[in-house]
Amino acid sequence: MRIGISAAGKDLDALLDPRFGRCPYFLIVDTETKEFEAVDNPGSTAGGGAGIKAAQAFLRLEAKELVTGQAGPNAFEVLVEGGVKIYQAPQLKISEVIELYKNGDLKETTPAGRGRGAR
Amino acid sequence: MKLAVLSGKGGTGKTTVAVNLALSLAEKGEKVLFLDTDVEEPNAGLYMKPVLEESLPVTIAQPEIDQGNCDYCGECANFCQFNALAVAEGVVLTFPELCHGCGGCVLVCPKEAIQEGKREIGVIEKGWADSIKFWQGRLNIGEPFAVPVTRYLKNGLADVQEDIVIIDAPAGVSCPVIEAVRDSDFALLVTEPTPFGRHDLELALKMVDHLGIPSGVVINRAGKNNDLISELCQERNVPILLEIEFSKLLASLGSIGIPFSRVLPQWQERFWGIYQSIKEGCPCAS
Repeated sequence: MRIGISAAGKDLDALLDPRFGRCPYFLIVDTETKEFEAVDNPGSTAGGGAGIKAAQAFLRLEAKELVTGQAGPNAFEVLVEGGVKIYQAPQLKISEVIELYKNGDLKETTPAGRGRGAR
Repeated sequence: MKLAVLSGKGGTGKTTVAVNLALSLAEKGEKVLFLDTDVEEPNAGLYMKPVLEESLPVTIAQPEIDQGNCDYCGECANFCQFNALAVAEGVVLTFPELCHGCGGCVLVCPKEAIQEGKREIGVIEKGWADSIKFWQGRLNIGEPFAVPVTRYLKNGLADVQEDIVIIDAPAGVSCPVIEAVRDSDFALLVTEPTPFGRHDLELALKMVDHLGIPSGVVINRAGKNNDLISELCQERNVPILLEIEFSKLLASLGSIGIPFSRVLPQWQERFWGIYQSIKEGCPCAS
């Protein structure tokens, strides 16, 4: 399975970044082969609407599942419209997060509280 | 002459100064238009007690998508600096709270699938407070953008006959203040002799310098710490035009909605004096 993880760094030793909209990278991982690629998240530098921008970029990566800490309501709306399933994971190393995912220990998440993006 | 009253720090007495100045000038027979541009919380009316005769809606543009013509190319979302649009599979999502109403998405859409819709974000109210023409803007609760309301309010200035326009600005030095103050002939900066007052006066001075507007300072609640402000004014070569002492009487009058110059004629003369010094020092004054 090809999944995306919000990451603080560019490899499997990096920590999961709990913020979806503002994480610096998306790590796109093949959970079987452990092959991965790191993609810059354009939302990390957005003035406002970071979640929307991040979600829009994520949809282009064609990963149908996302593992993150929290996605705000705007990002959530875009991701769900794009057919992405969102799982919540703690702030662990990406390699550990992948194990949790494979063992079925992650649960699907609901949107976080309203951010500045949609007062 | 357009005279903006601003402060940087909130609660220093912008409205107190603006209202007393307007009333004092009107009392001397000047034709005055008073503009409350603090659209997030307009309160000059509490003192001026205007009769409002007109209410005009303020709208901003927002995208409306014709999903039938859209091929989900994403040009609109790509263009939008505020991320007010997103394109998912087979749908364009819009986030009106983020839209600044620039209309760019309408222009860049290659399929002409975006129309400019309108959303009401506030109102402009116009009326009279005795001989003073009184206008204010009011932003709807929950709306994040004050600037379009202020801009609409100021657009009306092109046609006014009044010789003196007094602009009561919001607090701070951010976009709504800049919109309120720009194009003014003079900026009256109201401050108080506290470290906060000084700090924010410095910011306000930088802002009006940047806008190229000559300025003068009013020290409100003046007292033993005035040096805090006068040192800065000396350094920056800005005149102190008036000191309003820290006084229980003035505060009590304010607390029951009475502008003190109305009942204390010596203040009327002092505010008239400010106007005279501004006129003498300000080449743009008529």
